[in-house]
Amino acid sequence: MSDIVWPHRHLLGIEGLSAAEITAVLDLSETYVEQNRRADKRSRELAGRTIMNLFFEDSTRTRTSFELAGKRLGGDVLNMSVSSSSVKKGETLLDTAMTLNAMNPDFLIVRHSLSGAPKLLADKVNCAVINAGDGTHEHPTQALLDALSIRRRKGRLAGLSVAICGDILHSRVARSNIHLLVTMGAHVRVVGPPTLIPTAIDRMGVDVFHDMDAGLRDADIVMMLRLQSERMSGRFVPSSREYFHFHGLTFDRLKAAKPDALIMHPGPMNRGVEIDSEVADDIGRSLILDQVEFGVAVRMACLRLLASTRANA
Amino acid sequence: MLTAFTHARLLDPAKERDEIGVLLVEGGKIAAIGPDVAPPDSARIIDCTGLCLAPGLVDMRVAVGEPGEEQRETILSASRAAAAGGITAFAMLPNTSPVLDDIAGLEFIARRAREAKLVKIFAYGAVTKGAAGRDLAEMGLLAEAGAVGFTDGVHAIGDALTMRRALSYAKGFGKVLVQHPEEASLAAGGQMNEGEIATRLGLAGIPRAAEIIMLERDLRLVALTGGRYHAAHLSTAEGVELIRVAKSEGLRVTCDVAPPYFALTEVDVGDYRTFAKLSPPLRTDDDRRAIIAGLADFTIDAIASDHAPQDQDAKRVPFAAAAPGVVGLETLLPIALELYHKGEIGLLDLLARMTVIPAGILGLPMGRLKIGAAADLMVFDLNRPWVIDSGAFCSKSKNSPFDKRPVLGKVLMTMVDGRIVYQSEETLHAGAY
Repeated sequence: MSDIVWPHRHLLGIEGLSAAEITAVLDLSETYVEQNRRADKRSRELAGRTIMNLFFEDSTRTRTSFELAGKRLGGDVLNMSVSSSSVKKGETLLDTAMTLNAMNPDFLIVRHSLSGAPKLLADKVNCAVINAGDGTHEHPTQALLDALSIRRRKGRLAGLSVAICGDILHSRVARSNIHLLVTMGAHVRVVGPPTLIPTAIDRMGVDVFHDMDAGLRDADIVMMLRLQSERMSGRFVPSSREYFHFHGLTFDRLKAAKPDALIMHPGPMNRGVEIDSEVADDIGRSLILDQVEFGVAVRMACLRLLASTRANA
Repeated sequence: MLTAFTHARLLDPAKERDEIGVLLVEGGKIAAIGPDVAPPDSARIIDCTGLCLAPGLVDMRVAVGEPGEEQRETILSASRAAAAGGITAFAMLPNTSPVLDDIAGLEFIARRAREAKLVKIFAYGAVTKGAAGRDLAEMGLLAEAGAVGFTDGVHAIGDALTMRRALSYAKGFGKVLVQHPEEASLAAGGQMNEGEIATRLGLAGIPRAAEIIMLERDLRLVALTGGRYHAAHLSTAEGVELIRVAKSEGLRVTCDVAPPYFALTEVDVGDYRTFAKLSPPLRTDDDRRAIIAGLADFTIDAIASDHAPQDQDAKRVPFAAAAPGVVGLETLLPIALELYHKGEIGLLDLLARMTVIPAGILGLPMGRLKIGAAADLMVFDLNRPWVIDSGAFCSKSKNSPFDKRPVLGKVLMTMVDGRIVYQSEETLHAGAY
């Protein structure tokens, strides 16, 4: 792997990555998928490197996934859960980061409730920063693991029709996926009630649908997003009942998509709100567990590539 | 003590004077002006060959942190910054802590301004108690105590009935009512202009309609009450057009804009640049062009700095957590002069927006080169190139989106009541008119 040279110091978003770079991440991830299925899952590529998980927002699966990824590459992983009062969030962010930076970590994995927080950190610290989800901006490793999950089942990304459904407005997963899939030549549609579709999203290269049946028509991939309950009490949609009636994913509704359409969800799922339990649990159609598995491999690839960057070497 | 500015390019927008000549200052007042004035032998001569001499700027929208948030800006530091920017008088917003909604607050400001003794500082009185938008403040008593107008400053007066009564009531005291035109419910939680960039950055947007709706409502209330209304810091093309139409219909309406709105756009937010976070937000290039057109045809009456000092704690945070606003006192003239240098607007017309016109809106007898008037003056080199350096600002806060920007036109000397309150370290000589 010594010939890899990755040109970016940080991974703050998918926006700005080229198709070749995305392909390189996915290709490298494949080797880690194999490694993760072996009995001995550990390599020594990041031996001696320190990886700090800095999560200002609660997360179980993403943090665990990064932790496993770091450990399987032989790195030392620390988990810092930073409790954050809503008011002081900003100050603690830089202060905490500078304190940790003084301990010479090699990677900071940052999740924050405000868009742009990892970028702010990346400007101040002298190690690689990986965005593990910032506000409603980006969640790049989620998009990469989604892409890997799709590519392994469908053999490609280019030319596929992908419907991203639900709360696009508040979704960093949606934004990262749109950037990635559009860059890779997929046809992306966003589907949701008008109040949950951000302004000018079509300028990111997607088609907008408000009707679920029309939006799912002939789709290869149906990507469901989580809808937080506080957004269903009249502020964005009137109720969860009404939301499920028009935008919930059921087998009946799925008939509009291609017969071999696959279903994805970044988790955690609200069963009965955005996705019917039966659909979520259909092993033949659902990629939901693939997503979790490949998440570790993709994060290993990201760590490995960033470690090769000249500035991080 | 006699001071003579000689060989100066005398610029007086009020008289449309633009000629080389002499201006004589005696006893703190302008004693003589013109091409044929001979400076007496006793006079201290300030040779302004190649330089412009104009009325000191009158800045009608400045936020100061004193009282209450002195770490952002004090009256003294704001005075120094103003003097360095060629500003000889400014009106400060009432959004201090406590809010300037009673006589004691205005008296405090007046005393601190006297102690600083640099530039002339005026204050708006709050329209409502605590600038909370509900009950009217003692507007009459505030007017008697020297308030130059009324505004809730950075807060819009959202309630239509309160606005109606404020417009009616202020009329009785001949003062202008200044509104931050933004419908709060549409702007709530918003971080920047709503649109593609906000969507890409994952930042909640503030739609243009927030400004348009508030202006439309207010203009109806102006028609209803006959009050005097001033819309601060317009940001949208539609906002400019609304004022244009209102003026053509004879409503008593004026408005201003701040340099960021004609020098920058939402694109300058870039990668979460908090120094480009303003309220109202920077808009599109079409809006920027419409604002320049509005300045050119006098729809927009004044240019104000909209000085909003924010310390590091308020800006070195994620964009959504950052406070809005930029410092503007020391960049008002050079950024405004970009419009002149690009040929968008004539020099006298441009200076009028920062001198005699805002003074007139506030009812202040200043902003002109007039015999017998206070010698509030600035000497500047119209064509001197320099690079804005926020680190060198006199202001306590350095939150300028114009840092490192190359500009043309530099203030070299500022005079208030005949006293030199600012003098650049650079030589006065070397100008080329």
